[in-house]
Amino acid sequence: MPDLSTNLAGIQSPNPFWLASAPPTNSGEQVQRAFDAGWGGAVWKTLGNPIVNVSSRLGSVDYGDRRMIGLNNIELITDRPLDVNLREIAEVKKRYPKHAVVVSLMFDTRDEWREAIRRSEDTGCDGLELNFGCPHGMCERGMGSAVGQEPKVLEELVRWVMDVANVPVIAKLTPNVSHIEDPALAAVRGGASALSLINTVQSVMGVDLDRLVPLPRVGNLSTHGGLCGPAVKPIALRMVGVLARDPRVTVPISGIGGISTWRDAAEFLALGATNVQVCTAVMHHGYRIVEDLIDGLDAYLASKEMKSVSELVGRATPAFVEWGELDLNHHVVAKIDAATCIGCQLCHVACHDGAHQCIHLPGTPAHAGHVAPMAKFAAERARAANPASPYRVPWVDETECVGCNLCALVCPVEGCITMVEQRRASAKDTWHDRMATGRDHVPGGLKDLR
Amino acid sequence: MNAKPVPTSPALPAGRLEEQFADKAPLYTSSEALAEASRCLYCFDAPCMRACPTHIDVATFIRKIGSGNVKGSARTILDANLLGASCSRACPVEVLCEGACVYTGWGRKPIAIGRLQRFAMARGASPELLPRAPRTGKSVGLVGAGPASLACAAKLVLFGHDAVVYEKGTLPGGLDVSGIAPYKLDAESALDEVRFLLALGVELRTRVEIGKDVQPAELLAKHDALFLGPGLGADSRLPIPGADGAGVFGAVEWIARMKLDPQLSIAGVTHAAVLGGGNTALDVVREFAQLGVPNVRLVYRRGESELPAYAHEWSAAKKEGVQLVPNAVATEIVLEQGRAKALKLARAHDGKPTAEALPALDADLVVFAIGQARLAEFAARFPDVRTTKEGRIETDASGRTANARIWAGGDARNGGMEVVNAVAEGQDAARAIDAELRAGGVTRGS
Repeated sequence: MPDLSTNLAGIQSPNPFWLASAPPTNSGEQVQRAFDAGWGGAVWKTLGNPIVNVSSRLGSVDYGDRRMIGLNNIELITDRPLDVNLREIAEVKKRYPKHAVVVSLMFDTRDEWREAIRRSEDTGCDGLELNFGCPHGMCERGMGSAVGQEPKVLEELVRWVMDVANVPVIAKLTPNVSHIEDPALAAVRGGASALSLINTVQSVMGVDLDRLVPLPRVGNLSTHGGLCGPAVKPIALRMVGVLARDPRVTVPISGIGGISTWRDAAEFLALGATNVQVCTAVMHHGYRIVEDLIDGLDAYLASKEMKSVSELVGRATPAFVEWGELDLNHHVVAKIDAATCIGCQLCHVACHDGAHQCIHLPGTPAHAGHVAPMAKFAAERARAANPASPYRVPWVDETECVGCNLCALVCPVEGCITMVEQRRASAKDTWHDRMATGRDHVPGGLKDLR
Repeated sequence: MNAKPVPTSPALPAGRLEEQFADKAPLYTSSEALAEASRCLYCFDAPCMRACPTHIDVATFIRKIGSGNVKGSARTILDANLLGASCSRACPVEVLCEGACVYTGWGRKPIAIGRLQRFAMARGASPELLPRAPRTGKSVGLVGAGPASLACAAKLVLFGHDAVVYEKGTLPGGLDVSGIAPYKLDAESALDEVRFLLALGVELRTRVEIGKDVQPAELLAKHDALFLGPGLGADSRLPIPGADGAGVFGAVEWIARMKLDPQLSIAGVTHAAVLGGGNTALDVVREFAQLGVPNVRLVYRRGESELPAYAHEWSAAKKEGVQLVPNAVATEIVLEQGRAKALKLARAHDGKPTAEALPALDADLVVFAIGQARLAEFAARFPDVRTTKEGRIETDASGRTANARIWAGGDARNGGMEVVNAVAEGQDAARAIDAELRAGGVTRGS
């Protein structure tokens, strides 16, 4: 059985699945139930000076009948008294010595930070997470993402913390920046032990079209919030990957952003995260999801003959490169399997209106000079199999197919459309190669204009 | 003539057998409809649309349900089929749109197109959704108030013409009101749709019989064009002893009374026998079974695999406990004090009766479901309107008869098909009539 335990900058955890700092880690009662369910660690809901929350606080992106593919909140940090939180953190740590208990902090003045760090460490917690990410409410008071967006301030604040901290310190970053490297490197310079990202993405969830007020609605007004959930996973994956491949980032990364399943988690780990933090999926379905997170990751690692989570960490990072490193001679074309095609013709309409006009309806002749390999044969074979049904399998003009994947993405039948490799040349040729050898001229570009 | 041909809802008296049936596919809630609509792939040139005789753009109306544009969804349906509400419930979707759904070919559950259409019509349809052309002053008379005539009349009204429907009976709607299995479509709902069509401006005159209350020549003088949608005639019965006894019915007659007549009772009936093997026969046996008749038998002159009814209907009937008596032909209905008591049978070979007698069946209710008479006599009243040797009114593809001012559609033309076929024929005829009226090709008295 693979070893699922992880070590993030010295913070030990029985598995890589932590609850992110959020409503699921609001109280000791919750965190204990989460640990009982199987979570390996928890980052407590951010402690800070007392705040007052509004109501309502959450908004959802629904897709068709699927609820909450994205969730947005305008809730602030903890609204519970500091003493109560600290007492509960100490209790949890005492009862669950092997689990990772991390205290999230957000304060304003240096004195406040020092005091909070001292009192947090008194709980016996395993680490601290600095909330430089919250993109709503707190940033208007100069905290949260206001810090995350100012590398110099962030670096200074991390120094304040590192001056006094005795446990590992994680800097949690906001994605609401142009270059995630800037705050990340500032945190590293400041001495942070690890990074965690992403916090939520600034967002407006929608507009109530009857009241004409954005969502979520507080009376007859609204404000932007922070988006999380499955919708933000691709944004988070990129940012984690960019930092993981950057040699200047010398500290481990805790990956956050839309992780709902063990697959999501495995992807973050493969792109360089040492562990992962989850929130929205738990807000949607409860702590119980951790059973499959563990079970699925365990089975995956075993199937790949990996003995531990650490063997997976960063395995995909070397394959994540800049565009200029991609092989321009790599070429794929779409192949439609007539035997499994159900005839919905979504590939045809997507290709014709949204791509490169190379998937044609059956019966459409090929343009002169273009080939339709196998199309006629496939048509006859399918008709022989079911004479009653009109033949609806489209065909691909391979001479026109650019290999964009769109057809395969819209096809509802798994494995029906495959992208088959047809190299343009055997040798690899990248844009960087071309730049280096003076071949960066594109035929048909401006230089050809007369 | 009746000033208020369709009483306000509810029009029908309580105590009818129809009221005992459960709706087999109830109206979706909004969230059910959204979930089902979300499954739809929105196929290009969707096969469901092609399979529909009225070519409703199914993929588009379902997408509009998904986007919350339910009025637009209803308009998409009505653009193609003015009787979209009753078709959504009466149609054999298993062999039409849902049968053609790509999910069906994929071995998955097809999109519940019928139920989504019912939802869109119930929640979104209103007369003001439909655009109408300016009044032309042209007038069309329509004979019979079944789905073919009503669809034709409503389409003509939207084209700007006047449309007057003449109905022999007291209720409009034809078999849509009186003939659809109640677990699919109840009569009151069918009448709601008639009210919707009348609200568009169709004029209805009930209790008007051609040849008695009004002559074809009068109609030809009064209207620029005519549309004949009289349906079919009385139920056929085998000429066997006892066929006129009490407890012996024709199928269409029985269904109509079960749906409309509070006097009809089946209290005490323990053995029902239905003679036939078509879809009407299947409706009747399923109705008996669902009404709780303990022994329901379908007596058919050929084997099970040769039943002309839809396979899905027979499979449902079997699940409901209906027994098939195959390769059997009735030779006598035994009466006791004038009432049906038993059914004598002969073995049939290749559909034809032989001399060999089969054991008689107990039968206190016998229904003939072996077809309806054609209305050749009716057609002959109209100049130049001819019938085929099967008794169908002869027309060209647009529904036009040999009389250039008379069109026909529905069961009288197609021999007895689905409501949706009648609607398609009525609407097609309306388009042809409109083109002719606008071109000045036909006018009153020409």
